[in-house]
Amino acid sequence: MELRPRSFAGQLKADQLNSLIDALLDQGYRVIAPVKRDAAITLAEIRTSESLPQGWGDEQQPGSFRLTDRGDTEYFGFAVGAGSFKQYLFPSRRKLLDIDRHDMSMTKVEDTEKPLAFLGARACDLDAIAIQDRVFMGSDFVDPFYAKRRNECIIIAVNCHRPSSTCFCTDAGKGPECRSGFDVALTEVGVDDDHRFLVETGSEKGTALVNNLDLEATTEADDAARQEIIDRAVAAMQPALPDTDIPALLKAATESPRWESIAERCLNCANCTLSCPTCFCSGIEDVTDLDGTHAERWQTWSSCFTMDHSYIHGGSIRRIGASRYRQWLTHKMSFWVDQFGMSGCTGCGRCVTWCPVGIDIREELRGFAGDALEATTNEEATA
Amino acid sequence: MEVRTNNAPVRARPKVAVFKFASCDGCQLSLLDCEDELLAVAEAIQIAYFPEATRAVIDGPYDISLIEGSITTLHDAERIHEIRKQTKTLITIGACATAGGIQALRNYSNVNEFVNVVYAHPEYISTLRTSTPISDHVKVDFELNGCPINKAQLIELISATLNNRRPLIKAHSVCIECKSRGTTCVMVSKGEACLGPVTHAGCNALCPSYHRGCFGCYGPNETPNTASIAERFSILGLTSAEITRLFRLFTTESEAFRDESRKHANGS
Ligand code: SF4
Ligand code: SF4
Ligand code: SF4
Repeated sequence: MELRPRSFAGQLKADQLNSLIDALLDQGYRVIAPVKRDAAITLAEIRTSESLPQGWGDEQQPGSFRLTDRGDTEYFGFAVGAGSFKQYLFPSRRKLLDIDRHDMSMTKVEDTEKPLAFLGARACDLDAIAIQDRVFMGSDFVDPFYAKRRNECIIIAVNCHRPSSTCFCTDAGKGPECRSGFDVALTEVGVDDDHRFLVETGSEKGTALVNNLDLEATTEADDAARQEIIDRAVAAMQPALPDTDIPALLKAATESPRWESIAERCLNCANCTLSCPTCFCSGIEDVTDLDGTHAERWQTWSSCFTMDHSYIHGGSIRRIGASRYRQWLTHKMSFWVDQFGMSGCTGCGRCVTWCPVGIDIREELRGFAGDALEATTNEEATA
Repeated sequence: MEVRTNNAPVRARPKVAVFKFASCDGCQLSLLDCEDELLAVAEAIQIAYFPEATRAVIDGPYDISLIEGSITTLHDAERIHEIRKQTKTLITIGACATAGGIQALRNYSNVNEFVNVVYAHPEYISTLRTSTPISDHVKVDFELNGCPINKAQLIELISATLNNRRPLIKAHSVCIECKSRGTTCVMVSKGEACLGPVTHAGCNALCPSYHRGCFGCYGPNETPNTASIAERFSILGLTSAEITRLFRLFTTESEAFRDESRKHANGS
């Protein structure tokens, strides 16, 4: 890969990582970063670098996530964990309105959270946030809650160099290199001898933040060190998606019997959609209290794998598993492009790892491509 | 009829009765357990029959009957028809009433053998061969799942019924509750068997939040693909006997779990 000249803002010694976190805390941010919790790496609010999953890695397969104890001092030596930054910008549940019969009032519930700082976002996370920006803020109908949190947040990305077997951002997304969408991007290098972070900035907000830090100058060799990290990540990923026009492939496959065969395995559990950092469906729920004087309106995550999702007057439209799975895959990979001008998939692999039965969208897409190829070959043979 | 302050809608206090069949009482006690809401509940409804709470009895007919427990005796099989006749809206609460309860394990064996082993005077025991859910006997208007039921759902159900709206009780998977509260999946991260993907939500993913697989207390969800999850359990190393046992717990008499359990049980 061609070496691009970088302009680093400087470098931060690994033992100074807390100065970055402290700067964020001082500016009033809630810092959200990867932590080791339960048997996985997941996101949580942190106040010190000691909470980061230092030395921990991951081994991911379809339907399986295992922590690995590398025992080194690397802070960000894993791919992506359970959960995603989506749960902070677009929470699973939030109250929209309080409605009171007593004074016949309706009160909008305002967001009182502190601004968010996302530490450790990967290229696929940046990609996912850009996709949700398009969904929630990219039209005339802006979601004010999302927009507020998004505009206030600061993103400290970290280049990825240990993709897991479920990652395919080189195929589906723009990864693994963090190119845009961050305020600050870090590259963790020299874990064994000279452990430090190479610092780049991507916005004024980012520049202002790192200006407060005690950064040391980088050397010319650091360009290569950064590039080596990116190259390693690229090399670790296998081509995963069929080399074809996937949106068109899926549009032509709406009546394929393959949907049925996937539905035999699919549990309709919705883990794929809720783990996916771009899925954006929500439902609106109203609740009343016992005497009917107070009501509340809530927004909650929703999934196309539930019967409620397609419920309209008198019943659900997508009654069989095949049609529910088809909705998920065709929307994500095909109709999303018509709707938003971009694919809904970043290649983060979460839907593959967190599917309890290990249904792998890469494999299914290869299956559809194989079917299409077979059909054309047969047509040619009979022609 | 009663006039309310606070602009509250004026409405009659419905007559509510609570009946017990074969069960442990845990579900009806959830009603008494609603400490914060108990007064509001008592104000909103008229308790007509609830032996666990009051000795006062108001005769039927009842607007709402809450039924706990399964049918295990001939006497109960007749009693439930009487209650149905006296009831406008019949709601079953808990795994026993909705899916036969843990006592439905007898359905896979010979109950007389148990009776002979357990009781000093088996001749005093008169029981049916099976334990069956209420819906096997009479029309049920709403089933509230759980072992025990979740009291917040019970309040929601009462409140929805009083306000003439659809209760906000989701029939989707427990997994949605895991993901919504940020619980890491135990099946994926630890390879532990979990019935959550085929189980009805309602407990807010209680067991997974304590790092263990779901036992299926809330019974099958709206679209349970039990065959696929059983296949996964065997890949995770469970034996047929273990898979059978997993499906044979508190909601074993639900169709989906019963049928799946039979597929893995030797010779049955
Ligand atoms: S579809 Fe799967 S791989 Fe693509 S962004 Fe969503 S979770 Fe990641
Ligand atoms: S594809 Fe997997 S995660 Fe998604 S609903 Fe089906 S079984 Fe659940
Ligand atoms: S722990 Fe169980 S209920 Fe929760 S997501 Fe995993 S499979 Fe579903």
